[in-house]
Amino acid sequence: MVHKSIEKALILKNQALTPEIHEMVLGVKTTLGVTPGQFINLYCKDGSRLLPRPISISEADEKGGTLRLIYKVLGKGTEEFANLQKYEEIDYLGPLGKGFTLEKDDGKTETQETQEILIIGGGVGVPPLLELSKQLKGKKRVLLGFEKESILIEDFKKVATEVAVATTTGDEGIKGTVMDLLEQGAYAPKKIYSCGPKGMLKAVQAWGRERNIPMELSLEERMACGIGACLVCTCKTKEGPHEEDWSYKRVCKDGPVFKGDEVMFE
Amino acid sequence: MSKSEKRPNLAVKLSGVELKNPIMPASGTFGSGKEFDEYLDLNRLGMVVTKGVADVPWKGNATPRVAETYGGMLNSVGLQNPGIEHFIREDIPFLQNYNTRTMVNIAGRSIEEYVRVVTALQNQPVDLLELNISCPNIKEGGVAFGTDVDMAYRVTKKVKEASRQPLIVKLSPNVTDIVAVAKACEAAGADGISLINTLLGMKMDIKTRRPLLANTFGGLSGPAIKPVALRMVYQVAKEIKIPIIGIGGITTWEDALEFILAGATAVQVGTANFRNPRVMVEIIEGLENYLKEENIDGIEELIGAGHE
Ligand SMILES: Cc1cc2nc3c(=O)[nH]c(=O)nc-3n(C[C@H](O)[C@H](O)[C@H](O)COP(=O)(O)OP(=O)(O)OC[C@H]3O[C@@H](n4cnc5c(N)ncnc54)[C@H](O)[C@@H]3O)c2cc1C
Ligand SMILES: Cc1cc2nc3c(=O)[nH]c(=O)nc-3n(C[C@H](O)[C@H](O)[C@H](O)COP(=O)(O)O)c2cc1C
Ligand code: FES
Repeated sequence: MVHKSIEKALILKNQALTPEIHEMVLGVKTTLGVTPGQFINLYCKDGSRLLPRPISISEADEKGGTLRLIYKVLGKGTEEFANLQKYEEIDYLGPLGKGFTLEKDDGKTETQETQEILIIGGGVGVPPLLELSKQLKGKKRVLLGFEKESILIEDFKKVATEVAVATTTGDEGIKGTVMDLLEQGAYAPKKIYSCGPKGMLKAVQAWGRERNIPMELSLEERMACGIGACLVCTCKTKEGPHEEDWSYKRVCKDGPVFKGDEVMFE
Repeated sequence: MSKSEKRPNLAVKLSGVELKNPIMPASGTFGSGKEFDEYLDLNRLGMVVTKGVADVPWKGNATPRVAETYGGMLNSVGLQNPGIEHFIREDIPFLQNYNTRTMVNIAGRSIEEYVRVVTALQNQPVDLLELNISCPNIKEGGVAFGTDVDMAYRVTKKVKEASRQPLIVKLSPNVTDIVAVAKACEAAGADGISLINTLLGMKMDIKTRRPLLANTFGGLSGPAIKPVALRMVYQVAKEIKIPIIGIGGITTWEDALEFILAGATAVQVGTANFRNPRVMVEIIEGLENYLKEENIDGIEELIGAGHE
């Protein structure tokens, strides 16, 4: 049996898209087996920072053998990443986790050419939705929310039927959130895919639930191993009809993508 | 055959159990091995140590359960586990597929709970038991056992009476006199001592101006705690006769060797598995090379050598 291990990726591009959000393109051995919604563990070079940084795969190019990551400079680890130069190497592990569902159990695609699909993203939850939008079939309506500056809009326009933007400051798109876009749009999708901050996911879940629409939500939680062994990254999920029927599932292994009615937000 | 061509012998005997080498995962960082099966050959390990298991399922604490700190991390998992019945049904059969020893880590909030777990394991193919009387993440009882000499004695004695397998007691470093606790466990019949569990700590989130962990406090692990762990192993090794398993920040073969020199018969690797899931195999290979280069026949010669 061949065992998987931490690999070295070659940094082919690492640049700022906005003052806070950066783009990194990694040359990797293979992108085979990557499904949209999966992530990789990126490791810091500075030994004082032991834990992997989980970053979603925004695009996977099988022919070129590249992974595209979009990340926000938040703390010391992502600051270190932002300072890495082209052609430097970086340790990574993955792809990890369970991504979005593209196929049904019978192998047929989950969504068809004519179907209305709603894809809703907020902040750094937007990147993994790009590869998803590329691979899904159907009429893809994409709603994206940001603080001030948008990212990846042009990329989404290439693969989606419609792209709408909201910013909290009103600098781009409408002033407000994706929920405002949702209320204004008279959408009646067959399925919803979403990734973003907890508050947003909770609101999306309530909206979809009211209308009985199947959903897939991608969650974020602080991680240590990233491979399902340490149980630090759990989220509350429903296990039955009663209030007390719940358990903790692992965001890194059972997720990060969960069925919409399964997730319990506090 | 000249001495240097002999295959270095990493085998050790731990509380009557032969291990092919002294390297094993620290409880709670390795699940029951399933998740790591993709990343390393479990057959290479001296033993697999499983996540703490209680008599009934425990849900654990709210998230965030983890915070990174300089050279270490805090966790407040709170011993989430599916209970002994599930463990016996799912995890033991899995481990039976491998040619490695098994040590089951036992969690509990009272003596009765601990006893129920070891009783359920009496007829199971398990080589050793590791009694966790030191987890800082559970509010009832748990930590009190490991920080009180009399309690440590009582719980060890009762659990030992119910155990069929040799019993290792895992101690908390959050005490003023680790030697006194270790001696009490030895007197109560423990077959070995694991040193150390995590150090109680915390982190503030300066953005929210609140403690970062939902549980406020968590257990500190990783390289940051190694000097403390090593000191405790050294101190305890001077005073007890039963074997010691050294734990705390071990990341390289050199770290493992330091613990062995301080008196550990075997060592556990925890947090380091998160930075490199293959790290234990690398530590085993590093120790083999060291023995070869230094012309040492077997690693057992080095146990406690730092005391001479
Ligand atoms: C499945 C998953 C996918 C993600 N995808 C992306 C992405 O595509 N783009 C992006 O910008 N960010 C993403 N994140 C968040 C990203 O992991 C954190 O922003 C990053 O780890 C912060 O590291 P730092 O060292 O800069 O921050 P610090 O605050 O210095 O980090 C300290 C520790 O906390 C952890 N941490 C801090 N904030 C978060 C957080 N929000 N989520 C998880 N761990 C955190 C770090 O991993 C590290 O262990 C994702 C998180 C998860 C769980
Ligand atoms: C996420 C996590 C979970 C743990 N769970 C347990 C446990 O269930 N039982 C136990 O005895 N120790 C548990 N520990 C403590 C470790 O086994 C070990 O004693 C400690 O982490 C120090 O070793 P390290 O520095 O190599 O990690 C846990 C540690 C971590 C980091
Ligand atoms: S991060 Fe370890 S189980 Fe998810």
